[in-house]
Amino acid sequence: MKRIIPGTYLLSGENTGEGYALNKMCFSFNSETSRKAFTRNQEAYCRKYGLSEKQIRAILDRDLIGLQRTGGNIYYLGKYAGLLGLDVQDWGAMQTGKSKTDFTAMLYAAGAA
Amino acid sequence: MAQVIGCVNTSHVPSIGRAIAHGLQKDPYWSPFFNGFPPIHEWLEEVKPDAVVVFYNDHGLNFFLDKMPTFAIGAAPQYVNEDEGWGTPKFPPFESDLDLSWQLINYLVDHDFDMTICQEMMVDHAFALPLKMLFPNQEKCPIPTVPISINTVLYPYPSARRCAQLGKAVGDAIRAWDSDKKVLIVGTGGLSHQLEGERAGHLNKKFDLQFMDSLMQEDPNWITQFTSEDIIEEVGTAGLEIIMWIAARSALKGPVTEIHRNYHIPISNTAAGTQAFAPAKKSV
Repeated sequence: MKRIIPGTYLLSGENTGEGYALNKMCFSFNSETSRKAFTRNQEAYCRKYGLSEKQIRAILDRDLIGLQRTGGNIYYLGKYAGLLGLDVQDWGAMQTGKSKTDFTAMLYAAGAA
Repeated sequence: MAQVIGCVNTSHVPSIGRAIAHGLQKDPYWSPFFNGFPPIHEWLEEVKPDAVVVFYNDHGLNFFLDKMPTFAIGAAPQYVNEDEGWGTPKFPPFESDLDLSWQLINYLVDHDFDMTICQEMMVDHAFALPLKMLFPNQEKCPIPTVPISINTVLYPYPSARRCAQLGKAVGDAIRAWDSDKKVLIVGTGGLSHQLEGERAGHLNKKFDLQFMDSLMQEDPNWITQFTSEDIIEEVGTAGLEIIMWIAARSALKGPVTEIHRNYHIPISNTAAGTQAFAPAKKSV
């Protein structure tokens, strides 16, 4: 049985079914053609892949935590975030509710400790 | 017989690719990472490996969730780096060493490691970037390669203990290979970092440094006392990539000499580490 680690979303047998379509859509973003198709009409692209209403809402809202709560895995979501032009400090800030400056300062603090 | 001439472990953060593409190696942000390599370059010049085996984790380029092998090994004519969705420049294809691939496959399966065998295999930044950092002045990787991919995407992940066993068997397979080749082992990923969730930005310098110290021991297996979940709790979800390091280090037999080490926080959201080992020279 998978241990619960707060603030951490492991993809496992419990949630990989729920996340499958979402992760598959994000996997498609390896291709430039798919990225363009998504950008043209995000909702239609989500529907083509069969995402749930919750997942579609989270995609449109750029809600990374919501996507992970519905089975999205960061390795695939990273392709979605990259497509939006966000770097990993942006993701960090969005997920922790910190400003990007504060998030980055936290990283440096861990290095100085 | 063939020899394992050493092992290099290093981080593989995707933005390193952008830094290389823009020539930022001497930039104050990037130099604490790139400065970790010149002593390793000098050592590689000296030992001149003929081939390299790379332990890495695929991040959704070659493998999707439809088929997720725990351990996969390449036996393809070449390994192609492709678009991962971020627009970073692609690396030229990597040459293979099919004799070495099949020596490893035959030996590993014969010793109870149930490998997935890949005769077509795309390789992502986790494979390509470390090789570029080891051979920065070459247009393409100058020596043939064998990729070994370890699942860190879909739980359950193989334990550090199992990865150590796999690495040891890879070393034994090379030492049992009827060839005069000198083989380098590379492990990529880590050290502590977590990209996901409310816990994003988690780092653990103390654990990282203890892990690096443990790899200097003749018995490098300190990390194998921990489960995957223990490791994730300590060093973050993506920090689990240190299982590549223990796999690579375990391919060396007997006491080791640390050629060089480097550790710096942060590169991107990651504690970036680099550490190289060679078998200790036998005393006369």
